[in-house]
Amino acid sequence: MIKGNFIDNLPKVYGIYTGGFLAFIIIMSIAEQMGVTAKTIGICFVAFTVAIYAIIGYLSRTAQADAYYVAGRQVPTVFNGMATAADWMSGASFVAMAGGIYFKGYGYMALLVGWTGGYVLVASLLAPYLRKFGCYTVPDFIGTRYGGNLSRFMAVVVLTVASFTYVTAQINATGTIASVALDIPFQYAVYVGLVSILLCSMLGGMRGVTWTQVAQYIVLIIAYLLPVFWISNKMGAGFFPHFMLADEVSRIAELEAQFGFVKNSAENLKEVPKGLAGITKAHSAVNATPWAFISLALAMMMGTASLPHVMMRYFTTPSVKAARKSVGWSLFFIFLLYSSAPMLATLSKLSLIDPSLPTGIIGKSISEVQAIDWYQNWNQANLMFVSDFNGNGTLELNEFFMGGKAVVLATPEIAGLPYVISGLVAAGGMAAAMSTADGLILAIANAISHDVYYKIIDPKAETAKRLVVARVLLVVIGFAGATIAALEIQGILGSVIWAFDFAMSGLFFPLVLGVWWKRANKEGAIAGMALGLISGAGYLVWVRNGGSGFLGITQLTFGIFGSAVSLVSMVVVSLITSAPSAATQKMVDEVRVPSGKSILGKQH
Amino acid sequence: MSKQEQHWEKSKGLLMMTLAIWFVFSIGIFLFGAEMNEVTGPFGYPLTYWFTCQGSLGIFVILIFWFANRQEKIDEEFGFSEKGED
Repeated sequence: MIKGNFIDNLPKVYGIYTGGFLAFIIIMSIAEQMGVTAKTIGICFVAFTVAIYAIIGYLSRTAQADAYYVAGRQVPTVFNGMATAADWMSGASFVAMAGGIYFKGYGYMALLVGWTGGYVLVASLLAPYLRKFGCYTVPDFIGTRYGGNLSRFMAVVVLTVASFTYVTAQINATGTIASVALDIPFQYAVYVGLVSILLCSMLGGMRGVTWTQVAQYIVLIIAYLLPVFWISNKMGAGFFPHFMLADEVSRIAELEAQFGFVKNSAENLKEVPKGLAGITKAHSAVNATPWAFISLALAMMMGTASLPHVMMRYFTTPSVKAARKSVGWSLFFIFLLYSSAPMLATLSKLSLIDPSLPTGIIGKSISEVQAIDWYQNWNQANLMFVSDFNGNGTLELNEFFMGGKAVVLATPEIAGLPYVISGLVAAGGMAAAMSTADGLILAIANAISHDVYYKIIDPKAETAKRLVVARVLLVVIGFAGATIAALEIQGILGSVIWAFDFAMSGLFFPLVLGVWWKRANKEGAIAGMALGLISGAGYLVWVRNGGSGFLGITQLTFGIFGSAVSLVSMVVVSLITSAPSAATQKMVDEVRVPSGKSILGKQH
Repeated sequence: MSKQEQHWEKSKGLLMMTLAIWFVFSIGIFLFGAEMNEVTGPFGYPLTYWFTCQGSLGIFVILIFWFANRQEKIDEEFGFSEKGED
């Protein structure tokens, strides 16, 4: 079934897989009816899906460089779209996004616009041209276009800084989910997560990651959409929530006006467990200045176009035009989840705060709320908290606190859905975090093995040796990431946003100008990468240590400063040094034409 | 002008148009977020709210497919299109 023309059989293979997964959900719900415990169901969901990914990873094993680095360049557009969507949507998108919208409203929605709008830049400025180039990695493009080991090495540095910041958050997320679902301590669960991640990528490299990511996308999108539709129907809010929640949105605004946003004293807030927040921002009203919104969206868009683990997915398509279309499919599959997150946030918030709904807790007596089963469960998990600050015995809006993850994780239970849905959500979160972690670890390991080891240190190395080095690096980087993740330094969402800022600081302009400005040369690119990364990182350190910042650029948008420095230094240095050689200019001309041979050979 | 230069001029024109539409829906409209939110948008949501959860996102999806088709037409016109399947 898998052998021979596997590519032609893709729709059938994944059709059977999807059917099998749905059947598994039904079997689990029957098991739940028959009295199987919630814990067993949770373990089954995570273990079953991870086992499937491991099998796919094993079947995709390869000993060829182009299969290992770019999946043999034969991934069809739609499937590459799904794989990119899974690669892209991390544990943060899956578990934390709806929560962010729930708490911060409009100011947070800038991330939705930014994380989708960036794909327009990917499609129009970069992906088709880098595909024509025929590179294996993003530094491969920088190193060949600009020439010289230093430019290649700088690109590897930027890539590693950005991707490593990102990957620790993802390993952290797999650890969190594994520790809840399998009921083991977090510091061990992190390594369980890591082993699952490596099972997908070790043997097959990009090929293994591609086919597991498609499988992971199917799991995560079912796990996200099914509860949203179910909850909406159960609440009577509408059978297709995306088009039918206008009344619910305006009802929330009405309730907000009725309750008001009471500010808690610092002393009261000390009682609240770390990481939990109350509702303090309007749900659908504009609650941020235009610049706060636009700067965050812009930083995320430029970051999207500079993140190597996304870009390298478009190296796997069969042609340049397929790369372009594939970006469209990627965004379509991302859109399915992103447009559902605000709906989930709306349903979750309304079901909790509307006193006229049976699930509403605001306005009930504190003791009554504390007696609710799901409140006790999630309070124990440190994701919910109530306290009677004003001593009137009734729960007010400002006396109710929740963790961001609870919106996705707890809403099904609050709405009274069977436990099987919670198991499904755990499997979905695991799929989301694993797929992103795989893409990131592979991006780093490939850049170091291909660009540093093969291109700089030992250009004569044989394929077998190169692939051994690549795999060893994969494990080393994975373990380094897991070790840092186990320390739990930075929250999941914070480090994800930093990764975008690092990537755009160092790589956005060197990549874009490499295609669109012939005059850009090696010296300019090196200056752009080095000064961009240093100034961006410097700004972050400055603001984190109490610096006031300027132009409203915060620690979440420091990439705007970094990339501005990168642009200016790259243009200035390019212009004061000599123009690139005729051969390089001819190469740029060739990149701009979709037909013909790629710049770099099939095996290089 | 050589064939290749003409092809690049047309591609640049398409890029500019694509980026202009992108700019309007990712940045431009949010300069007037507060004012726009007073208006009722599609499906009865406040307009700015609708753009942030569905409108802009959906427009980006359509924009990329539109761009890909237009670029393919340009490539075909100059005979630079690749043979073979998608």
